[in-house]
Amino acid sequence: MAGAVPGIRIQREDFDVAAEIAALTRDRADIGAVVTFSGLCRDEQGALSELELEHYPGMAEAEIGRIAAEATERWPLQGLTVIHRHGKIAPGENIVLVVAASAHRQAAFEAANFLMDYLKSRAPFWKKEHLTDGSHGGWVEAKEADDRAADRWKKSGG
Amino acid sequence: MRLIYFAWVRERIGKPEEDVELPAGIETVADLLRWLKSRGEEYEHALQFPDVIRVAINQEHVGHREKIAGAREIALFPPMTGG
Repeated sequence: MAGAVPGIRIQREDFDVAAEIAALTRDRADIGAVVTFSGLCRDEQGALSELELEHYPGMAEAEIGRIAAEATERWPLQGLTVIHRHGKIAPGENIVLVVAASAHRQAAFEAANFLMDYLKSRAPFWKKEHLTDGSHGGWVEAKEADDRAADRWKKSGG
Repeated sequence: MRLIYFAWVRERIGKPEEDVELPAGIETVADLLRWLKSRGEEYEHALQFPDVIRVAINQEHVGHREKIAGAREIALFPPMTGG
């Protein structure tokens, strides 16, 4: 089956989840399932004033492109959109969006889950915390649990 | 060869990027990290624990045993925290 061509955007601006779903499903009737994942900025019980997301321009697009291409090879997707924001993001705002469309729900669920696990450990973005007391909370540390989450998608023998 | 730094690696080294001439004998990513670490205390601070440093050559992830011949752009950064 010909895979969908993933739409990938790295941007400072916010995104509109409903508009992104509509863009994937417009003028077609072969999609039976759309799964979206949105990642938002938490306020950490009031301690966080904003997150600053640094990224590696060029590689961010390329790496997410490689992960998305792998998803379209592994699951029969009819559409795939990945948006990752950078710059300063306030609590409650969107950070990341994955929209996966397929004929049946399982492929869309699994592809969205796979994308997020891989984005966490392989997409070149780094979060720095700014705290409400005016101090720098420092760089967020990578979680081993995120690496393990990505590892579970490795094919046996691979 | 252009070196690019991100997040706390960039902050500790004190610059976002630089062009360097590598001395003879620097063949792998591990060699490069060892050589950079000897260039001054800011590098020593950034690369104190080289095992945690992630590396990309020409915008693709590589391991520390990767050969660097032919690299135009090598980026050094901490483990990623996007998503």
